[in-house]
Amino acid sequence: MAKKVAFLQGNEAAAQGALYAGCKFFAGYPITPSTEVAEVMSAELPKIGGKFIQMEDEIGAMAAILGASLTGTKVLTSTSGPGLSLKQELIGYGCIAEIPCVIFNVMRGGPSTGMPTGPSQSDVMCAKWGTHGDHPAICLVPASVQETYEEMVRAFNLAEKYRTPVMVMPDEIVAHMRERIVFPEQGELEVINRTAPTVPPEQYKPYDTSFGDVPPLAAYGSGYKYHVTGLNKMQDGFPTTKAEIVQAEEERQIRKVEANKADIMKWEEYLVDDAEIVVVAYGSTSRSARFAVNEARKNGVKAGLFRLQTFWPFPEERLLELSKKVKAFITPEMNLGMCHGVVKGCIEGNAPVLGIFRVDGEPINPGQIVDKMKEVK
Amino acid sequence: MSGRYEIRFSGAGGQGLILAGVIMAEAASIFDGKQAVQSQSYGPEARGGASKSEVIVSDGPIDYPKATVVDALLALTQEACDKYSHDLKEGGVLLIDSDLVKRQPAGNFKVVSFPIINTAKNEVGREIVANIVALGAMVALTGVVSKESAEKAVLSRVPEAFLELNKKAFNMGYEKAMAAKK
Repeated sequence: MAKKVAFLQGNEAAAQGALYAGCKFFAGYPITPSTEVAEVMSAELPKIGGKFIQMEDEIGAMAAILGASLTGTKVLTSTSGPGLSLKQELIGYGCIAEIPCVIFNVMRGGPSTGMPTGPSQSDVMCAKWGTHGDHPAICLVPASVQETYEEMVRAFNLAEKYRTPVMVMPDEIVAHMRERIVFPEQGELEVINRTAPTVPPEQYKPYDTSFGDVPPLAAYGSGYKYHVTGLNKMQDGFPTTKAEIVQAEEERQIRKVEANKADIMKWEEYLVDDAEIVVVAYGSTSRSARFAVNEARKNGVKAGLFRLQTFWPFPEERLLELSKKVKAFITPEMNLGMCHGVVKGCIEGNAPVLGIFRVDGEPINPGQIVDKMKEVK
Repeated sequence: MSGRYEIRFSGAGGQGLILAGVIMAEAASIFDGKQAVQSQSYGPEARGGASKSEVIVSDGPIDYPKATVVDALLALTQEACDKYSHDLKEGGVLLIDSDLVKRQPAGNFKVVSFPIINTAKNEVGREIVANIVALGAMVALTGVVSKESAEKAVLSRVPEAFLELNKKAFNMGYEKAMAAKK
């Protein structure tokens, strides 16, 4: 049978991807340019016995998905920069209490309410450092409608597998752009479900590390009772200030992601093997970069594209390796140098990093990247 | 840049230009088997303000989703024409509403002009289908999608009660543009 195709917007594909992954609960507060996700979820969830709630505000939406997740449900919220700021306190709560959830954030101009309808890529640092304290961060940055769908499925998988909040962050262009999408059939993409406890309720501890760095999570309402708090906690979930426990638990939470980077990180290398200039880009900007790389190659310039599909964790080791053989990196992005700084931080000064930064609500066009390549000596 | 055909629909927010772009792209991508990307840019206003919708059609994969050098431009307001005609290519198609766009941009363009909104209002019967009249005209002028595919795409996007109205609007725009082109 021919596969189902459609001409969809990035936001619509994100919602469809969430449904494929088994999302049954959405809470959100509508905000441009991510509102279409809420629209689709509000139409689709009731049909499959799910729940959609339009909350009173952004942090309320974050609270609602954390609570719903603890009942064993796959949960989603969607927002944009100003909303992401408002959610931060409870994103930290989700990290320390280790509650799986997916936060879909469409990047628009900022700070504050900024430019609601303009594209941006200026939330990528907020994905890691927005909430205070040391905590794991996973942030996926899709570049097409098809990839938005597929990465949403993967985001749910990572959230469930590592018991942590996961962010998916397209820029406004990817979120509002429409392209043809081929829907995967049931079973075609991997769908990972949460590990439930195997011990009886009276023996259950929500942070029992004897099962590894990711303890099984019991569903509220299934007979298991446990304590959830934003305070540093012991294995049974109750607060502690015992130094050795707090240190070990903090390190374990970071380790869940750091020790599994190979499973989480994704990037694409396009014509990088012999490249002297490597453009490091993500989201819609990576599409300009691919266009620019193709143009440059036509003129004999050895250019390549390193396309980030995950922004966090960041592929530091691979970029360090490449930095030993390239003449320069170029980092085009719709912010004032966020990826630029991270690249510089991981390549130990081995190569210059030339930035192209735009925050005027206009995309970085291929011509700008081609021009920047000419500055490489 | 060969293989890329770039179309821009522009006017004021609320005129249905994003939908016109979506239908054009859908005709290319779903019904004609080509590749297409549609994107948009609009202000914070619900209505008014300059708005544009861009469609890139190609036989191969499309990297950059926005226009680089525009092959065909529709402008339904003077503001949109002033703002969005700077990157229309030499010899490109410029379709304008003759009642609303009085100042044409300087340059060597294939200009086609007829009262698009007035046609929708008085000849089709509803001003609201001006975007579909304009779409029919753009299909005729660009030839980038087949008339049959475009009509199918229109009909798959509109509510059943308005099928005839939209079909009439599409064909009226198509024919007016064909006549104006000669």
